Amino acid sequence: MRRCGARRHPSSILQLFLRHPQLRVGVLDMALVTPGLAAWGVMTGVAMVKSGMSAVEVTLMALFVYAGSSQLAALPLIAAGAPMWVILATSTCVNLRFIVFSAHLRPYVAHLPAWQRTFRGYLFADLNYGLFIRRFPQPATAADGIAAQDAYWLGNGVSCWLVWATSSLVGAALAATIPVSWGLGFAGVLALLATMIMLATTWQRLAAAAVASVVAVAAVALPLKLNILVAIAAAIAAGLAAERLPGGVAPDREPGEEHP
Amino acid sequence: MSGTDVWTIATIAGMTVVTVLTRALFFLPDKPWPLPHWLAAGFRYAPIAALAAVVLPEILMADGHLITTWRDARVFAAVVASLWFLARHGLLGTIVVGMAVYLPLHLGLGW
Repeated sequence: MRRCGARRHPSSILQLFLRHPQLRVGVLDMALVTPGLAAWGVMTGVAMVKSGMSAVEVTLMALFVYAGSSQLAALPLIAAGAPMWVILATSTCVNLRFIVFSAHLRPYVAHLPAWQRTFRGYLFADLNYGLFIRRFPQPATAADGIAAQDAYWLGNGVSCWLVWATSSLVGAALAATIPVSWGLGFAGVLALLATMIMLATTWQRLAAAAVASVVAVAAVALPLKLNILVAIAAAIAAGLAAERLPGGVAPDREPGEEHP
Repeated sequence: MSGTDVWTIATIAGMTVVTVLTRALFFLPDKPWPLPHWLAAGFRYAPIAALAAVVLPEILMADGHLITTWRDARVFAAVVASLWFLARHGLLGTIVVGMAVYLPLHLGLGW
C-alpha cells in the first residue's frame, strides 16, 4: 500500500481505497457463496413474474427492494390487491432481524457520515452479516483496521447487490423455462448453512445455534417469520447463560480477533 | 403478465424504504442509542442464531410441520454439505456438493 500523502487529490484517495486488499477479500468471500445467492435470486425472479407483475415492476423490485424473503412474502399480497399498509407491515416484520443486525454493527460504521451509514446498512443482508462478523468479530479502533472493515464491507455488499439484481433479472427472463419444482433455491439455504457452521467457533455459539434452531422450528406457527426474532432473542439469552456456567470461561476472544 | 400500475410501483418504493430502514435503523442517529452492556455482549450470538433460525426450518419443515420421513432430499443434502464444510472449509464446495446430493434425490427420486 502506498501512503496517503497530505496533498493527494480526493479522487486518488478513493482509488487508494478501491485498491485496498480487503475490498478484494470482501468480493471473493461473496464469490464463494454466489452459486447459492444467485440460485435464490433466480428463483425470486421466477416467482415475481409468476405472481403476475409487469416487466417494469419486476425490474424495479429486483433492483431496489433487495430483500428476498420480504419480496416473497409480499408477492401474494400484491397479487391479491391487499392494502399497501398491510404489505409494508408484512415486509417490515419479515425484515425485523435486520434491526438486530444494525444494532450489532453500529460501532463498525459510527465513524462514517449519515448517508454512508444508511447506504452501507442497505447493502448488508444475512450472508453479508455472517461473513463480515466472521472476518471482523470486534470493531477496529485503529485507522488501518477501520479502513480494512470499510473496504471489506463495500466489496462484499456491492458484489452481493450486483449478484442479486443480475440473478433476479435472469430468473425473470427465464421464468417460463425454470419450474419452481426443481427447488434450485435450496442452494441459497446451503450458502446460509455453510456460513452458519463457519461461525460456530465456541461451544457457547454452538449452544446458541441449537437453541435458535429449536425455537425457530417450535415457533414456526407465529405469523410473518416472527419465529426468527424470537429464536434470536432466545439464543442470545442462552449464549449469555452458557458463559456463566462453570468452565464457560471468557467468551470468544478468538484467534485473529483484534485486541484494542 | 399484466400492465404496470402506479399503486404497485408505490408499493415497491415503500418496500425499498422498509429495506433501508430495517437494515440501517441503528445507523441513522448520529449519536449511538445507549444499549445495556449485557445486550451488546449478547450480540456475539446474533449472527449464528439468525442464520440457524432461517436455515433449520427450511431444511426440517414442510408445509409448516416437522418432516416425518427420512426420505427428504434437503436433509441428505444438508448433512453431506455440513460434513464437507467441516472437512474442507470451502463455502463454494459446500454449496456445489450439497446441490449434487439434492438435485438427483429431489428430481430423480422425487424426495
